[in-house]
This record gives sequence, C-alpha cells and structure tokens, in this order.
Amino acid sequence: MAKIKPRVKVPKTASAGDVITIKTLIKHKMESGQRKDKEGKVIPRKIINHFKVDFAGKTVFEAQIQPGTSANPFLSFSVKVQESGEFHFTWTDDDGSVYEAKKSIAVS
Amino acid sequence: MSFNRRQFIVAGVSATAGATMGVLPSVAFAASDLSQEAISTFTGGVEPGEGKITLTAPEIAENGNTVPIEISVDSPMTDDDYVAEVMLLADGNPAPGLATLKFSPMSGSAQASTRIRLAKTQDVIAVAKMSDGSVFMTTKSVKVTIGGCGG
Repeated sequence: MAKIKPRVKVPKTASAGDVITIKTLIKHKMESGQRKDKEGKVIPRKIINHFKVDFAGKTVFEAQIQPGTSANPFLSFSVKVQESGEFHFTWTDDDGSVYEAKKSIAVS
Repeated sequence: MSFNRRQFIVAGVSATAGATMGVLPSVAFAASDLSQEAISTFTGGVEPGEGKITLTAPEIAENGNTVPIEISVDSPMTDDDYVAEVMLLADGNPAPGLATLKFSPMSGSAQASTRIRLAKTQDVIAVAKMSDGSVFMTTKSVKVTIGGCGG
C-alpha cells in the first residue's frame, strides 16, 4: 500500500479569539470491509477509525470514523485560539498503528 | 370511487412523490432499522428535535466514492452550552455509520466538513447532541449516479 501520509493545514498566525479553520487529510485506502477480491473473498476492513486533535494538552476535536468515510479521509473543522501553541494530530488505524502530525500557530 | 388508468397513474406518482419528498417529513420516517438503532444508541432515547443543525450536501453526487458534506450546528459554543457530538449516517449504505464528530468549547463554532461514501441514492442523516443532552436531527437526500461501496 502507498505510504500513509498525513497532511494538515493550519494558518500560521492568528489573533487571539479568532476562530480558525483547520483542514486535515490523510492518505489511506480506507478498505471498508464490503468489497470483494477477484476470488470473491471479502477484503478485510482496514480503516482509520479514530482521529484526535490536541492543543495545549486539551482535546479540541475528535472523530470516531466508520467505514462510510471516503478513502483519504478529509476533515475540516474550526478551533478558537487564544494563545500560541502546537496542534497535535493523531490518527489511529484498525491495525493499531498511529500516525501523527504537529503544526504550531503563532497567536498575537 | 373508481379510477380510470390515467387518474390512477397520476395518483400513484403524486403519492410516491409525497412520500419521498415529504412536505413535512417526520424525521424518523424513512430511517432504516440499522440507522434507527444507531440513532437511539447515540441519543440514549431522547426524542430528536428539528432545527439548529444544517447539513450541506450536493443534491446529485456523480461519484458515490467521495461525496463532500458539511455540517454546522447553531450554538454559542461556550463552556456550558456547546455541541458535544454530531453523528453522521448514510441511511442506505450497507453499514450506515459514517463518522461521529466530537466538539469541545474550544471549537469556537460547531462546523465541520468531510467526504463520505454513498452506495446509492439515499438520505444522509445528521444527529447533534448538545452539552445539555438535547438532540437535534436533520436529513438530506442525495442522488448518487455511481455507487461507492465496491461491488
């Protein structure tokens, strides 16, 4: 399988109290467990089942992801920022692997 | 009352249209058993109200593999009054679950977008749970040209 690579877009700067939009995408096949291979056997499910965003030690946004989400799951959401810090993104795979990304923001 | 053939067809078509479009659709009306079950587990038996939640999805999705959808919930998003969770369901998929999004007061505004798979033309359901336990629900029907669940 292609390398699983997260991509995250966070504005570099913001003013305190701003609501910013964060966009995230992770390259992942998201095998739903519904498809069959050429021999008619079901291809086992393998998806990203959980996504979490932490900022300054607090969970800001979380998603429980189910097979109905497209391949290369894209999520965009908003966060109200009060201070500079680092966003910590975590994706969890069905097989237990964890993919991480970090992005900092400067708040003035 | 007796119908001739023409009247019968017209009556049939409008009855079907009424059922699918629904001028005032009862929210639970079309939901399949699977999604009905998911909804009641999610809400814990609270009867969902209408309004507050907006679900934006294309009316016609050419490719069911990636259908962009966006939800936003009307809420002040303060520490004591915010949207806790939003569950997204595709009623006609073999497995209706799409994703459950958990917000926090730090979200600023309860809006998110993602991309989903739709197996066929169907209703997409969004259920929002507020921090005070109240529940709101909305549905949006999406026509799908090419289904997106393999097969």
